Amino acid sequence: MEKRVLFRSAWLPYVLVAPQIAITIVFFFWPATQAVWYSFQLQDAFGLKSQFVGLANFSALFRDSNYLESFKVTALFSALVAFSGIAISLLLAAMADRVLRGALAYKTLLIWPYAVAPAIAGVLWAFLFAPSIGIVTYVLKGFGIDWNWIIQSDQAMALVVIAAVWKQISYNFLFFLAGLQSIPKSLIEAAAIDGASPSRRFWTIVFPLLSPTTFFLLVINMIYAFFDTFGVIDATTQGGPAQATQILVYKVYHDGVKAADLGGSSAQSVILMFIVITLTVLQFRFIERKVQY
Amino acid sequence: MVENRPWLTFFSHAVLIAGVLAVAFPLYVTFVASTLTLEQIMQVPMPLTPGDQLVQNYSQVLGAGTTTGSRAAVSSMLVNSMVMALVIPLGKITISVISAFALVYFRFPLRGFIFWMIFVTLMLPVEVRIIPTFKVIADLGMLNTYAGLTVPLIASATATFLFRQFFMTVPDELAEAARVDGAGPMRFFWDVLLPLSKTTMAALFVIQFIYGWNQYLWPLLITTDESMYTAVIGIKRMIVGSDAANEWNLIMATAILAMLPPAVVVVLMQKWFVKGLVETEK
Repeated sequence: MEKRVLFRSAWLPYVLVAPQIAITIVFFFWPATQAVWYSFQLQDAFGLKSQFVGLANFSALFRDSNYLESFKVTALFSALVAFSGIAISLLLAAMADRVLRGALAYKTLLIWPYAVAPAIAGVLWAFLFAPSIGIVTYVLKGFGIDWNWIIQSDQAMALVVIAAVWKQISYNFLFFLAGLQSIPKSLIEAAAIDGASPSRRFWTIVFPLLSPTTFFLLVINMIYAFFDTFGVIDATTQGGPAQATQILVYKVYHDGVKAADLGGSSAQSVILMFIVITLTVLQFRFIERKVQY
Repeated sequence: MVENRPWLTFFSHAVLIAGVLAVAFPLYVTFVASTLTLEQIMQVPMPLTPGDQLVQNYSQVLGAGTTTGSRAAVSSMLVNSMVMALVIPLGKITISVISAFALVYFRFPLRGFIFWMIFVTLMLPVEVRIIPTFKVIADLGMLNTYAGLTVPLIASATATFLFRQFFMTVPDELAEAARVDGAGPMRFFWDVLLPLSKTTMAALFVIQFIYGWNQYLWPLLITTDESMYTAVIGIKRMIVGSDAANEWNLIMATAILAMLPPAVVVVLMQKWFVKGLVETEK
């Protein structure tokens, strides 16, 4: 789509885009290029000399069992976050779409966690689950469950998943609610007249019609779990215990900032860049279809 | 309502109330903990009704911070957070609206290339270029400065695209009429386009306010000076060791203070918030 009416100026458009382009080049393109460059370099321990090593950093990464483990951890973490987040939000949205009374109040009370920073969400849940003083830990102990996420790796994973999902429910909920409200009521009514029960109507009419929203949220939740949950992890488990919650982004940070391994961390950045590009392309392919739908 | 099923309606309310309570539970416990003494929190289980230390705890963190962890006062952290939460949206809206104006209303060499450059930034979140971006900031001497905290985050493809999409829907007749009346491009921009863009700007502002306030990785990297900590970073710095060693009453008071401004913005500006959320993702 193009505008028919245009203004003419030889210099004005360049002045207008200049601030955006300047920031983009200095803080996006230049560092990204450097990340690619460093990923082919090997630095000595003092950062004084570096030499070109080709793909050695990458092959070292894929031989590193810690890195492969981090891939598995990320896959498990993002799958858990995406699926449980989507399932809970869909249930809540379907219920909120049914009720007439108090709909706005429910909505307001469900969306505020969007405003909570991931790191704070992590701190809140870490406090509830704190091994010695946490209130939830106390209740679980009453059921005979010994909860200590500082040493139990599956419990650490559960903690970060809960904190990450809690924060994301509001976002999914709003999109599902908007999706549900755009489904024509006549379809539901026709099915009701034909005698279809509410659950049957949901699974055979509503759920298929919601599939574009669901797929969109799946991609968004994957991106969220991959990147935006850094705060949750850094504020709670810091990748531990024994790297059980060390997702890829956290490992890039850990290796680059704490362990000061420039080449290895940059190679990981480049791999992450490919993942983001794949997810973004997926997202945009889907949006094209949504326009037709 | 398609049909009347009282049990199903009852069930819907039950599920929703359970959801609301589950979502609110951490907030409630946090608030209660922020009104107790440390000794009360340390007894297991901690009381679940508010105590009488509210004023004491909040004035302690606002004025002096914690005693075992970071000693920075939370009031200065809140100021830093507020600077990020205001400068990032205002900067983002400013540079995005003018570049979208150029991309939509002008034809110029390199236009396609510039469009592409802005688009690609979508694929380069801070997380994938941590170390080199840190180096750039260090080389520019922007560590521990407000400029370092905000400027790198104000370039945004989503905001530019949002304005571009909106400008596409503005009728051509308006620009034509402005031109016939002898108005130049900037005059048209100020007097016609900007007033029309108000709702888009408001929606974007709400989303970006929360984005700016909640930044974590970026301030974590580039602030080493306690006086430049944001509230979110400050909380993390207050947690120093195993769970019994922390002053949880003060940490929780800080958490409430750090959650309050963005939560108030979301609840009070709900309409803009929902609009912004849905439209920035289109």
